[in-house]
Amino acid sequence: MEKPELQDRVCSILAEQLAVDRDKVTPDARFSEDLDADSLDLVEAVLALEEEFGVSIPEDEMESVKTVGQAVDLVASKVGASA
Amino acid sequence: MSGETREPRRVVVTGIGPVTPVGIGRDAFWSALTSGHGGVSPIDSFDTEALPVHIAGQVRDFDPTTYMDRKEAKRSDRVSHFAVAAAKLAWQDAGEPEVDHARTAVMFSTGIGGLSSLIAQHLVYLEKGPDRVSPFMVPQLMPNASAGHVAMAFGFTGPNACITTACAAGCHAVGEGARWVREGYADVCIAGGTEAPILPLTVAAFSQMQALTRNPDPQTASRPFDRERDGFVLSEGACSLILEEAEHAKARGARIFAEVAGYGASADAYHITAPEPEGLGAIQAIAACLEDAGANPDDVDYINAHGTSTQLNDAAETRAIKKALGDHAHRVAVSSTKSMTGHMLGAAGAVEAAVIALTIDRGVIPPTINYRTPDDECDLDYVPNEARTADVRFALSNSFGFGGQNAVAALRRFDG
Repeated sequence: MEKPELQDRVCSILAEQLAVDRDKVTPDARFSEDLDADSLDLVEAVLALEEEFGVSIPEDEMESVKTVGQAVDLVASKVGASA
Repeated sequence: MSGETREPRRVVVTGIGPVTPVGIGRDAFWSALTSGHGGVSPIDSFDTEALPVHIAGQVRDFDPTTYMDRKEAKRSDRVSHFAVAAAKLAWQDAGEPEVDHARTAVMFSTGIGGLSSLIAQHLVYLEKGPDRVSPFMVPQLMPNASAGHVAMAFGFTGPNACITTACAAGCHAVGEGARWVREGYADVCIAGGTEAPILPLTVAAFSQMQALTRNPDPQTASRPFDRERDGFVLSEGACSLILEEAEHAKARGARIFAEVAGYGASADAYHITAPEPEGLGAIQAIAACLEDAGANPDDVDYINAHGTSTQLNDAAETRAIKKALGDHAHRVAVSSTKSMTGHMLGAAGAVEAAVIALTIDRGVIPPTINYRTPDDECDLDYVPNEARTADVRFALSNSFGFGGQNAVAALRRFDG
């Protein structure tokens, strides 16, 4: 999968899971400050990403993820997306 | 010390917010009830083919995002959607008063809680495994979630609790919430009950108890006190009342529907679901309520009955009313709102407290619809089929729960 396509799919899932408008979900957007996501929201969002992409994202790998772009990179590393 | 005794604090109802199968909002609700329009319909939220019951009282045209933002709606169960909607409607009805947040309480009850979320996540657990279970399941299913959501919706930080007494929960919420205000723990209390039980598993389980009517016709299925009654209709929704200390309400020029005159509670201590046949627990609760109100049996003009449409409840409740009120029982109007709404379980007591408040305010008693065939065991004046104009100064609302818990609330016309 090409990375732009993957990024678009991740952003769409995050918008739906976090109940925010799709255009607010940009690579720079910070989960806590910009998207009003708390820890429960992030767990729910990760579940949806795991489901969509058939990957496993351990909790400790999510701990350092603060922005949408970092989440996209993490998913990309799991599915082996090409840049 | 001067030695003078303080006047007891009085509590009045200043706002009413129903979210029910017969209508959303006070006007729609009251118009349906006084014109005898029932809200029971075929279940359309899931396939009922495998079930013995196909009808329920469903809340129509309800969009939770009218009352909360999309994210809050997504994170909470339908039972809390109803609660927040009812609280906001009641608060609007009360004129959205300026209040001290620390002196404003929330007492919001339910019989069950967020059962749909529990069932959905149990399916996820079975089909996909433990690491797919939603982190929101616990805050969605816990019975006290609704009281928490209502407090958050307004920022009210006064006492906050949820009483979970099955079909009596809504009445307990009104009675205990009024006590908080009367005893000075708060000046205002948003009291209410909520339930969202229309699910395949619950329909199956209540059916197995022989509690639900097998009458397939939505229009005539709920028939309290009628000889042909054979069970209740499962319903969903919520209702909230704004309970306010009387001087607080008067100072802001609030419209006052009625005064909370008294409250009584008891336990059957007899059987986990069947009522004590002579209605002894109910009699004790009615007597305690009258004593709390400083009233006599002869003062009662109207009783909004628990009136579920089960054989056992309606007969035992009739015996209890006759024993508690003596000869006066045959002069009292008694009607069942559940003939129109179906049985909203933990919300029912709050709905019915709202009904007696409106009955006193408007001078109209809503009927018991679907009353056709008299039963020798049920021989009171059930206000059959048509609303009645009446000067109601003092009224009771009875609520009796599985578990044997009984609650009775008394309201009277507020005399200023």
